[in-house]
Amino acid sequence: MAKLEKIIEIESLYKSFRKGNQIIPVLQNISFDIMDGEFLALMGPSGSGKSTLLNLIAGIDKPDSGSIFVQGIDITNLDERTLSRWRSEHVGFIFQFYNLIPVLTAFENIELPLLMMNLSAKDRKEHVDFALSIVGLYDRKDHYPKQLSGGQQQRVAIARAIVTDPSIIVADEPTGDLDKKSAEDVLNLMSELNQKFGKTIIMVTHDLRAAKYAKSMKYLDKGVLINGSAEIFI
Amino acid sequence: MVLLKYLFRNIFRHKLRSILTILSVSVAVLSFCLLNTIISAWYAGVSASSAYRLIVRNAISLVFSLPISYKEKIKQISGITYVAQGNWFGGIYIEEKNFFANFAVDSETFLKLYPEFIVSENEKKAFLMDRKGCLVGRKLVERFNWKIGNNVVLRGTIFPGNWEFVIRGIYRGRDKSVDESQFLFHWDYLNETLKKTSPTRADQAGYFIVGIKNPEDAAVISREIDSLFKNSLAETLTETEKAFQLSFVAMTEAIVIVIKLVSFVVIGIIFVVVANTMNMSVRERKNEYALFKMFSYGNTIIFGIILGESMLIVLTGAILGIILTFPAVKVVGDILSVYFPIFNLHREVIYESLFISFIVGILSGLIPAARSIKINLAEGLKWDL
Repeated sequence: MAKLEKIIEIESLYKSFRKGNQIIPVLQNISFDIMDGEFLALMGPSGSGKSTLLNLIAGIDKPDSGSIFVQGIDITNLDERTLSRWRSEHVGFIFQFYNLIPVLTAFENIELPLLMMNLSAKDRKEHVDFALSIVGLYDRKDHYPKQLSGGQQQRVAIARAIVTDPSIIVADEPTGDLDKKSAEDVLNLMSELNQKFGKTIIMVTHDLRAAKYAKSMKYLDKGVLINGSAEIFI
Repeated sequence: MVLLKYLFRNIFRHKLRSILTILSVSVAVLSFCLLNTIISAWYAGVSASSAYRLIVRNAISLVFSLPISYKEKIKQISGITYVAQGNWFGGIYIEEKNFFANFAVDSETFLKLYPEFIVSENEKKAFLMDRKGCLVGRKLVERFNWKIGNNVVLRGTIFPGNWEFVIRGIYRGRDKSVDESQFLFHWDYLNETLKKTSPTRADQAGYFIVGIKNPEDAAVISREIDSLFKNSLAETLTETEKAFQLSFVAMTEAIVIVIKLVSFVVIGIIFVVVANTMNMSVRERKNEYALFKMFSYGNTIIFGIILGESMLIVLTGAILGIILTFPAVKVVGDILSVYFPIFNLHREVIYESLFISFIVGILSGLIPAARSIKINLAEGLKWDL
């Protein structure tokens, strides 16, 4: 059953980057809401600003102006320490290249976000085992990333993203480095997280097939949000 | 625990690079320890000096002798226990390359003044009873495979002729600081022979060793001895044994300074090598540090991980270097035994090398660690495979 409460409210967001003396606008006057339990696909061509927008929503970067309210808190006003704590509690990250640490096993990689929380070793193990069982890789928990396929590595990354039980999951091109079959597995898993566990997912992709797994789409072009159905613009 | 695993496993992510860095550190530490052992060996005589002994020599130069009659006059000064005369003999055993220190000494008194020379009562008695007897150090005996009762002939350079001796005793050092490669024989044997062969050189001592009751009186007694012979034909210069030994080291101080300098250059090299390795490692792993930051790991933890890795590399290399130093000191000590009879690795050198390695470990990791905590999160999380 769809939830109708707003979880994220983005208001008049501007972001630019400086290149030498030149200021390059990346996002211009972005305003939209994301509902709790939504699976949103952010689409657009390369350089359209979709990854920057994702970073801003996840509290990885700060905007030049505008505000981002997440569950009523304006994260653009949080200091670095508070923002860091907020991020680790509320946001799970999935990256295109998995961002797994090669010298740590799947279990240890998944355990990383939990180490900064006040959890006993037993509790951490329970959390990690549960996350591993969700992504179906319990039997590979002692494998190092290089001993896993690309799809399996991305599933480990998903387990790491959900191990802290965040309300929001952000994914930046999660299938960009995967073959078709692995990409489908990952997208099915993300759908399951959205539908079964009620996670709000924001996924950046330029792949329409991936975007079709989402419940809604937003399209960015040259830093501006284009209204209308994304299919129209692709 | 996971972070410790991360720290340890990081070291072997680039096995060759880490192994080469560790080996560089160990070679540098080995060099540092060896060079400092050479410096210690240089000062061995100074270290072995006793505060209870003074040396009286000719004020002009050690080359000039002093009349033996001074001995009785010196004995009269209060606060003195024993006075023994000695001469540097400068004899050669078979050929020049077999160099070792040989002295003609007032044997009985000498052994009282040098309790650190340990010799059995029987051998001591045999040595004192035989005018041609000699007392040799353990290392010298091992070097030439001598035994008690062996005849030894030294070719005199200062006192010409072939001088025959019989080994009557072997001494050992009370501790490692005692030179066990000396050859001692009776001053009377030298003097009596000189009386026959070159009478003008007889009854002359190269120096006097003066035992004192209280080291605090050393300066007063020294002044008293020197004033006793002031304006005589052979004025004296009296100094503590330590000062006497230091005057020899001072002649070659420039070499010691160069050795010290080289040992610190070696430390500089370790620093550059490790700093370079750490810099490369941290640059390669900037994404991982960004990931840690994203998971709310504090700067202290990231700092600790990088410094820990740097320290682990340096200390592993340092420990390996120290382990290798022991056999190296033995080999080098054997090769240089003619020049450095006391060539021991001192604890202080080991502690110093460990301390310096510790500092180098911290300094090498400091700049990369400082850079890593300044990583921009959004930039740092852009991974490339």
